[in-house]
Amino acid sequence: MERKIRVLIAKPGLDGHDRGAKVVARALRDAGMEVIYTGLRQTPAMVAEAALQEDVNVVGLSILSGAHMGLVPRVIEEMNRRGMEDLPLFVGGIIPVDDIEPLKEMGVREVFGPGTDTSVVVEFIRREIGSV
Amino acid sequence: MGLAEAALQGDRRAMARLLSWVENGSLEGQQALATLFPHTGKAHIIGITGSPGAGKSTLLNQLAREFRDRDGQVAIVAVDPSSPFTGGALLGDRLRMRDLVTDPHIFIRSMASRGHPGGVAHATRDVVTVLDALGFPLILVETVGAGQAQVEVARVVHTVVLVEAPGMGDEIQALKAGLMEIADIIVVNKADRPEAKQTVKSLQSLRTSLPAGHHGFGTGISVEEAPVVPVGWEVPILQTIALENEGVFELTNAIKQHYDYLKNSGRWDLLLRQHAEAEVEAWLQRHFQQLLNQKIGDTGYKALVDAVVRHEIDPAKAAAQLLEAVTRPVSKA
Repeated sequence: MERKIRVLIAKPGLDGHDRGAKVVARALRDAGMEVIYTGLRQTPAMVAEAALQEDVNVVGLSILSGAHMGLVPRVIEEMNRRGMEDLPLFVGGIIPVDDIEPLKEMGVREVFGPGTDTSVVVEFIRREIGSV
Repeated sequence: MGLAEAALQGDRRAMARLLSWVENGSLEGQQALATLFPHTGKAHIIGITGSPGAGKSTLLNQLAREFRDRDGQVAIVAVDPSSPFTGGALLGDRLRMRDLVTDPHIFIRSMASRGHPGGVAHATRDVVTVLDALGFPLILVETVGAGQAQVEVARVVHTVVLVEAPGMGDEIQALKAGLMEIADIIVVNKADRPEAKQTVKSLQSLRTSLPAGHHGFGTGISVEEAPVVPVGWEVPILQTIALENEGVFELTNAIKQHYDYLKNSGRWDLLLRQHAEAEVEAWLQRHFQQLLNQKIGDTGYKALVDAVVRHEIDPAKAAAQLLEAVTRPVSKA
């Protein structure tokens, strides 16, 4: 039997900067994970629906527009609506320090800012998923 | 209620989880396949193959929209390659299917090839089986970017659409064995490119040199049914510009015509038989491999590999010795 960690990397919202998302996607791929990459300008419903159809183990959102306090709760709402309350969610991008705690209170498991070593993200996912 | 039952009642999360079980080859997955198998056999399964960058995903995006309007529901299985080094994969086919993501009548599943060399994953057939059982009348399978020899999609689908980009080679490329032989429909995408006409011409000249109804897919086990095709199918060569949605409607028509041809010519039953044989054979190999792994264990295997490394024994002989140890009859006492 063959199991792989499946990760959705999505960019909700309107910013067009996907370098960070691609770097993370590549790092997770190189760590042996299967990464589903959705591309730019996803609505919260698109992110949640992709997570559902792909049956991923974890969802990563990349947001550089500053709209994270608006977008993240809507993604969580769409995920909950589909019965995915239990699915771990992490956020990367330009997130002011003061917003990290509020995001975690909404249910985000971890927030990764600029300069985070990709190995930290890999370790975080392995820890979250446990022994998949 | 089990997952299979929940999925049969339309629970999309149950569907997705079920596909994972089956993809992972888990025991639950095998049980679910057994439960679902009697519900299969109704879908028309269409393969989209061709070289990387030919426009498969973009074309599939448009095709799915056309078919959704006509047939109600469409499932998509998109395969991308796994890394041979890390086992990881970047599954990016969704990037070109953004129109379809929130359509409640469309279900998209990305699959990594997981080391399987044929252009689809080992479990693609099983995933298709589940989607068929769940009532999707049309299932589109996108292969990894395929070169010349990745022909296994023909064992999974009923209709193979080969997508070519203009300027990819001369007539000799088209004459080579492999991918060209399994195509039921050939599409020259990006037809607005200047080289498109020449590509279509090369393909047409190739077609006239082939006997109609030439393509069949031997499973290696039995070939005696092969030449019973009563009416030939002339492989149409179509042109599309997927980004502009041009030629896509004609392509859906050609796909439907191929379906009718299969049904009316008796070719459908032959295909089902070939697929069934290929599947039984694949499972036989899977079971056999598992059995071997269990029986051989690590110690004898490692010792023999070491001996091969030291050039004391050749690989074929090492394998033969392992097999012999496993198949030696157990005493009946």
